[in-house]
Amino acid sequence: MKDLVAELRASIAATLLLAVLCCGIYPAVVWAVGQGLFSGKANGSLVRLDGKVTGSSLLAQGFTAQNYFHPRPSAAGQGYDAVSSGGSNLGPTSKKLIEDVKQRVADYRTENGLAPDALVPADAVTSSASGLDPHISLANASHQAARIAAARGMTEEDVLKKVRAHTEGRTFGILGEPRVNVLMLNLDLDGKK
Amino acid sequence: MDRFGWIQLGLFLGLLLLLTKPMGLYLYRVLEAEGKTFLDPVLKPLERLFYRLLRIDPKAEQDWRRYTVSLLAFSLVGVVFTYAVLRLQHLLPLNPQRLGPVSGHLAFNTAVSFTTNTNWQSYGGESTMSYLSQMVALAIHNFTSAAAGIAVAAALVRGIVRHTAKTIGNFWVDLVRIHLYLLLPICLFYAVFLVSQGMIQNFKPYESSRLVEPMTVDVPKMDAQGQPVKDAKGNPVTEKQVVETQTIVEGPMASQVAIKMLGTNGGGYTNANAAHPYENPTPLSNFLQILSIFLIPGGLTYYLGRMAKNQRHGWSVWGAMAVLFLAGVLLCWWAEAAGNPRLHALGVDPAYGNMEGKEVRFGIFNSALFATVTTDASCGAVNAMHDSFTPLGGLVPLINIQLGEVVFGGVGAGLYGMLVFVVLTVFLAGLMVGRTPEYLGKKIEAYDVKVCAIAVLILIFDIMGFTAWGVGSRWGLAGLNNAGPHGFSEILYAFSSATGNNGSAFAGLTANTWWYDTTLGIAMLIGRFFFIVPVLALAGNLAKKKIVPESGGSFPVSGLTFVFLLVGTVLIVGVLSFFPALSLGPIVEHFLMVHSNVVY
Repeated sequence: MKDLVAELRASIAATLLLAVLCCGIYPAVVWAVGQGLFSGKANGSLVRLDGKVTGSSLLAQGFTAQNYFHPRPSAAGQGYDAVSSGGSNLGPTSKKLIEDVKQRVADYRTENGLAPDALVPADAVTSSASGLDPHISLANASHQAARIAAARGMTEEDVLKKVRAHTEGRTFGILGEPRVNVLMLNLDLDGKK
Repeated sequence: MDRFGWIQLGLFLGLLLLLTKPMGLYLYRVLEAEGKTFLDPVLKPLERLFYRLLRIDPKAEQDWRRYTVSLLAFSLVGVVFTYAVLRLQHLLPLNPQRLGPVSGHLAFNTAVSFTTNTNWQSYGGESTMSYLSQMVALAIHNFTSAAAGIAVAAALVRGIVRHTAKTIGNFWVDLVRIHLYLLLPICLFYAVFLVSQGMIQNFKPYESSRLVEPMTVDVPKMDAQGQPVKDAKGNPVTEKQVVETQTIVEGPMASQVAIKMLGTNGGGYTNANAAHPYENPTPLSNFLQILSIFLIPGGLTYYLGRMAKNQRHGWSVWGAMAVLFLAGVLLCWWAEAAGNPRLHALGVDPAYGNMEGKEVRFGIFNSALFATVTTDASCGAVNAMHDSFTPLGGLVPLINIQLGEVVFGGVGAGLYGMLVFVVLTVFLAGLMVGRTPEYLGKKIEAYDVKVCAIAVLILIFDIMGFTAWGVGSRWGLAGLNNAGPHGFSEILYAFSSATGNNGSAFAGLTANTWWYDTTLGIAMLIGRFFFIVPVLALAGNLAKKKIVPESGGSFPVSGLTFVFLLVGTVLIVGVLSFFPALSLGPIVEHFLMVHSNVVY
């Protein structure tokens, strides 16, 4: 019994001491260094227009207008809800998944003037894991370029030039996948970035 | 399966191989009470201060029973501490979003979950937990449960290599040294690196941003009492609402994510976990997060070899783990790259594989690699939604967990889990040649085999028993997001994940109900402590034994034959136990997906 009391006493002391060290001092040091060296990133890579926050370059927003590039479908909350991140979690034989994708494929072809049997890039019609995926694939962007060019009275070549300017390649030419940042591209099209 | 995937896979395995020896040598210094490290000048005084305040004598070692009591007492205090903070978070500071208290069953589930290194989450972090809850109540266990796992592994290894000894180390010394010399120094650098990639680290309230293009969404219509309005058929009525702002999550994320990966905890700061662009901003942050899961577990195999003065044995265990890792990642990658034929039939380009529930910056390969590694180990962080994987792609994480997460595995938990299988392998080999089995000079006797068998069997009963209850009860079925075989997989995955202390999920399952919170909490406690106690008993028993000189008839615990037998034992135990259940879930779903038009 005396041993048990000693063990419990040591447990409580260890929990409190480690809480101070690992949950107080450690995050504070990371905070100080992070804010000092990378303050923009440590605060969420926020994008400001006229001093007001208009989004984060890392978080998708739900564009639907003809003259904007559209992000991937989102299952976060009612869509692109940044406090309810998450995927659809629908399985591969889910009736809802198959109906949703069927509808999105049809919409994508109509919006972008594609042939009724044209193949659609997978990322354009499937919801992302976070619901906030800021990127689309290069194929998805180039399928949308003609629509944006028409809506804005630009040439498709000019639109594609903007797309290339917001394309991120593989890190060191190896890691990850090439991708286009939708929010930054759309702000650029508006001449705001 | 493109060439970039192969290059990244080669790079991953190559880096892991290169890091194994330096990590193992460092672990050897940390885990010896008298070990010297280059951090001694800075940390030695702090270490002594800890011992003084804990009132323990670092030179006094414990026998296995006392070691177990220390670990259990420490875990109990941890559960109570976290439960209290979560229940009281609305009264505590650092809660700029004014989030309310966490419900009783959720607080129990979460406290157990983090204490057992599971980090199963029945909640979405950004909408439930205050900064204080995240940073203190949850993150403390990211450190302590990882350290406890490593401590148990070290105690078992000491039991294996000592002879005619009564003690297996001192839990408090292990705990303190692992924190000070191993986890904290690595995390400091790692967290700052993560911030450099775009991960947030601040204490500001959530940011409200004005959308570039306002968005119209359907929201459920509420009546005056705040109840959802239903139409004549009982379906909820929705109304259009224009959304003009986006609320952006802030908080101290990087410091928590560093230890979440390094300590194979896996509990996400946000609901989407490592799929969230803040929690995993770039392909580089992703690659290093995956590598950091295997860093300490890989090093521990070298530590084993070094302690046993048989480095070939350490590398052979590493080899067996690498074989199982490669088998998993190749199957998962292949299945995800092949994609979902049902969607291809609708006009989706098959070239991109199964992108439902995946992020573009990671693509197919990095999602498959992450899913395999996070379940080889008991990490459970996810960068893609396992629920939306193809059936065979989702089978890999599920079976990885059911094999006991012994493929590098959780920090410490992977090694002691694999050593249980090593003992069983040696025993089986002994049966085959008709000799008393020996392991590193120790006779393996009835007691040793019994405790190993108990440890393995408890996990099987834990998983299958609760799954059977879940599918047979309305409480279990009420949480499903998918029907048919996939629904069964959701329940099977939940209890496998809880028992294996993994924490990943087929996340469609609504687990924040009193039944799931409670049963999953119990499954986690059984999976953690009913495994650790037999392991420590094994350590104590092995330490007592005399060394018998090696003879020509001793079964070598290194080389290809040993690797083959060890892999075989792991697979036979796992597959014999779970194949019938897997047939009802992912396997039948695969054939339904490929050869029929059935939908659920």
